[in-house]
Amino acid sequence: MTAAVFFGCAFIAFGPALALYIFTIATEPLRVIFLIIGKASEGLKTINPDETAPSMRLLAYVSGLGFGIMSGVFAFVNTLSDSLGPGTVGIHGDSPQFFLNSAFMTLVIILLHVFWGIIFFDGCEKKKWSALLVVLLTHLLVSALTFISPHYGINLVSTYLIMVLMGIWAFFVAGGSCRSLKLCLLCQDKDFLLFNQRSR
Amino acid sequence: MENLRGSPPEQLQSHPNGASRGRAMLTFMASDSEEEVCDERTSLMSAESPPPRCCEEARQGLEDRESAAQWFQNTCARHRRAHHGGVPWPSPSGFPQRSQDSEEDLDEDADRYMCSGVPGQPSGLEEELTLKYGAKHVIMLFVPVTLCMVVVVATIKSVRFYTEKNGQLPYGAGREQSLQPAISLSIYTPFTEDTPSVGQRLLNSVLNTLIMISVIVAMTIFLVVLYKYRCYKFIHGWLIMSSLMLLFLFTYIYLGEVLKTYNVAMDYPTLFLTVWNFGAVGMVCIHWKGPLVLQQAYLIMISALMALVFIKYLPEWSAWVILGAISVYDLVAVLCPKGPLRMLVETAQERNEPIFPALIYSSAMVWTVGMAKLDPSSQGALQLPYDPEMEEDSYDSFGEPSYPEVFEPPLPGYPGDELEEEEERGVKLGLGDFIFYSVLVGKAAATGSGDWNTTLACFVAILIGLCLTLLLLAVFKKALPALPISITFGLIFYFSTDNLVRPFMDTLASHQLYI
Repeated sequence: MTAAVFFGCAFIAFGPALALYIFTIATEPLRVIFLIIGKASEGLKTINPDETAPSMRLLAYVSGLGFGIMSGVFAFVNTLSDSLGPGTVGIHGDSPQFFLNSAFMTLVIILLHVFWGIIFFDGCEKKKWSALLVVLLTHLLVSALTFISPHYGINLVSTYLIMVLMGIWAFFVAGGSCRSLKLCLLCQDKDFLLFNQRSR
Repeated sequence: MENLRGSPPEQLQSHPNGASRGRAMLTFMASDSEEEVCDERTSLMSAESPPPRCCEEARQGLEDRESAAQWFQNTCARHRRAHHGGVPWPSPSGFPQRSQDSEEDLDEDADRYMCSGVPGQPSGLEEELTLKYGAKHVIMLFVPVTLCMVVVVATIKSVRFYTEKNGQLPYGAGREQSLQPAISLSIYTPFTEDTPSVGQRLLNSVLNTLIMISVIVAMTIFLVVLYKYRCYKFIHGWLIMSSLMLLFLFTYIYLGEVLKTYNVAMDYPTLFLTVWNFGAVGMVCIHWKGPLVLQQAYLIMISALMALVFIKYLPEWSAWVILGAISVYDLVAVLCPKGPLRMLVETAQERNEPIFPALIYSSAMVWTVGMAKLDPSSQGALQLPYDPEMEEDSYDSFGEPSYPEVFEPPLPGYPGDELEEEEERGVKLGLGDFIFYSVLVGKAAATGSGDWNTTLACFVAILIGLCLTLLLLAVFKKALPALPISITFGLIFYFSTDNLVRPFMDTLASHQLYI
């Protein structure tokens, strides 16, 4: 298969995750460590007594991203490396969109992990057991949906729908609101702009 | 105890036991074997930097084990003071002045987390600063370790030469070249692994490991003895011969194999020019002076070359057993009171000298602001006994500007409180650490049916181990071995991923099931 397939699928699957990493994590060494160590950094939380709430959300986001990247990479990287080798996709009657479908599924899995991480951490913090249950059930649902694998249409569409819902929920859980979203989109949010300026 | 002021002040360092590479090189020259080159002991060492107040304190502080928090407090206090004032001053030695303005770009962390100009800081802030600075040092090591592993894995995956076992060479031309090291390497691993039974193979690999480790131990002790009796010329000559061999011969072989793989023709004059330039600049950068980034790049490259040699010439099972045994040895050699590595470190500290720069990777962020009140004697002691790796922290991947060169402190009596002895160093890691990390990841990439999951799992395991080791370094503040934790995690992850996770993920991926 061609290099175009390789690069295309690689960027579809890992592009957003890479962008998230570069713009939010790579500039802050502590977050990189959180990413690598994941849960082990719980202990570091105790050293920041005055910043519990934001750092908890940060931890949730970073660990969600870390889990998502690892899960996506483990699921997809062997397929990617096979796409560089010789062969014809679907020669035995399978779908010729094998790589594309895998790439999109990987992307949605990574994003879902990020959102699940945020919701799950928040649920644990506020002892909202319903949130935990929903996260668990949607995860099982998404995995179960992949069992109907030749029917990519239903699989992908429903999974993306779940991702959008989870994303909205995570946004509100993380403290966002319609107002702040509007301000951000219209570039009127001074705090956001200033924060970004400083952290650069 | 001598004042350590001139030498690299306390810092989070990890340095290898120079013994390994040194002795490796000598034996290498004698027998043309590549084996010993890799016998590098590594350890992480930390030392605190002196309080900035006066040189007396500096002398003591270097020898005392200050708390990391205090060190960071002092560092941040210095940053603040430098940040808030001071005028440029001429240095007596004529080195370029250090503009105080350049310190503004100093760690933004310092700016962000410092809330007032008061020297005293609440302990919570101290610890937070400790955390931030420690995190930065960890990242400063992640990048080179990752780069080295990436180079090794990329080579393993693309150049067939490094995964072919001896005797299976497809080219007649390469035969003579590769058989020589193979023959001499088999001196160190004489027991073959082509045995009919599993038990016999295991026994042979254990015996091979015993031989290798005894060679390593002997060489380490030899090097420590040489160092103790101040046979510096011998050691330097040894190191120079070894770097020569690495930078010229191994590079030549590597370049040859890469060109063969990609079927690119290169004539001998071009080849000679390339290898000559590469090697000569490398020798200059590593053993003398050069830009920090270039020196770091060269150290990474020679570590990668060495790791590739190991991957190629060590038999399969022996390599894994050797990795395990070397981590145990590293632990023993660095932590036991009579361990050769520990003695090397302590002797170097006593003598106020750095460990051989050719054996350590340094992500140094070094600058020196002169001290206001210095007596001439201490100023003499402030002469850096060696030319340190360039002080520019151009390795900082966050785009912080590089700092000007280190220069001597100003004449005594210069007024001004802001001019204080400041030195901040990055973290140092021994080259042997790089080599063995890359051997582990490279072997994971070479074996295991071209599976990427195993490679990535080992890579993450090593980074986790490195992170934990640096955390321990910040806690214990003394020389620590960098190998045990990472190699243990790496081995665990390798075997479990290769045997348990790989078949599972293969099935999942082929049916497009996602969990």
